[in-house]
Amino acid sequence: MRETLMDAAPHPSFDEAGLPLTALALGATKLYPAPDLARFVLRVRPEDGARAAAAWGLSLPDALRASTHKDRHVLWQGPDEFLLLALTSEKQEIIDRLQAEMGGKPYSLVDVSHRNQAFLLTGEGAQQLLETGCMLDLDPASFPVGMTTRTLFAKADLTLWRRDTHTFHIELWRSFMPYVMGLLQQSAVAA
Amino acid sequence: MLLIDCPHCGPRPELEFRYGGEAHVARPAEPATVDDAQWMAFLYLRSNPKGLHFERWRHMSGCGRFFNCARDTVSDKILKTYPAGQARPSLEALGLAPVDHEVRA
Ligand SMILES: [Zn+2]
Repeated sequence: MRETLMDAAPHPSFDEAGLPLTALALGATKLYPAPDLARFVLRVRPEDGARAAAAWGLSLPDALRASTHKDRHVLWQGPDEFLLLALTSEKQEIIDRLQAEMGGKPYSLVDVSHRNQAFLLTGEGAQQLLETGCMLDLDPASFPVGMTTRTLFAKADLTLWRRDTHTFHIELWRSFMPYVMGLLQQSAVAA
Repeated sequence: MLLIDCPHCGPRPELEFRYGGEAHVARPAEPATVDDAQWMAFLYLRSNPKGLHFERWRHMSGCGRFFNCARDTVSDKILKTYPAGQARPSLEALGLAPVDHEVRA
């Protein structure tokens, strides 16, 4: 994933869904809007999962983990559900490759590129900031680098993915974005 | 807050889950052949025990999967969770003496 490493703007502007257009400073933590991504939800029988991932050059992630190859990432969402992130230019190839490799085995592949938006939260305070709304123990001992899960942030469902100790990739439905942004900004002020 | 042990994700806060009613209620294989009383029983009659209860839960804000759970309705203690489709665990497997808990067939 390419990060848009811009300097944090003091008065950020937001897109129509509520995601900041440029980096946002939340105390010592920075929030970067993720670039446009191709996103697919794959539903597949567990025994066929490895075959589907291989079609995209990926290994099937273990439960609560992601696997990565170049610009493609597949995130475990459930035992038969996976979220694929890729470059937008690869959309058609992803659809075609899977169809060719599955050999008639049942699966569903749904394009959710514009259902989700994502941002990166990075800095030494990122974990603590997330813990203001997230009930999980995000200490690296119990939520290590590479772990991903759907969970709640206050009342919003989102997918957390720890990219490194101090960086989280966060995917959520775009309509939840203003709510999550508002809470993060308020929590950063209070912290 | 209860911690519920999702069979796929491990222990998670209760707020990530939704309750799904009594488990192991089998839909008649041939609905056209059952009479009104049997269909009514399938739709509406539940055991509602005081004590050991087998129930469904869904890890809504997690893996999204339904699974089953054995819970004591008096103490609210969860004795065991297990994937949907698996048989109901025996009382011995739950560490219970048969005399204390009569399980409706
Ligand atoms: Zn789960």
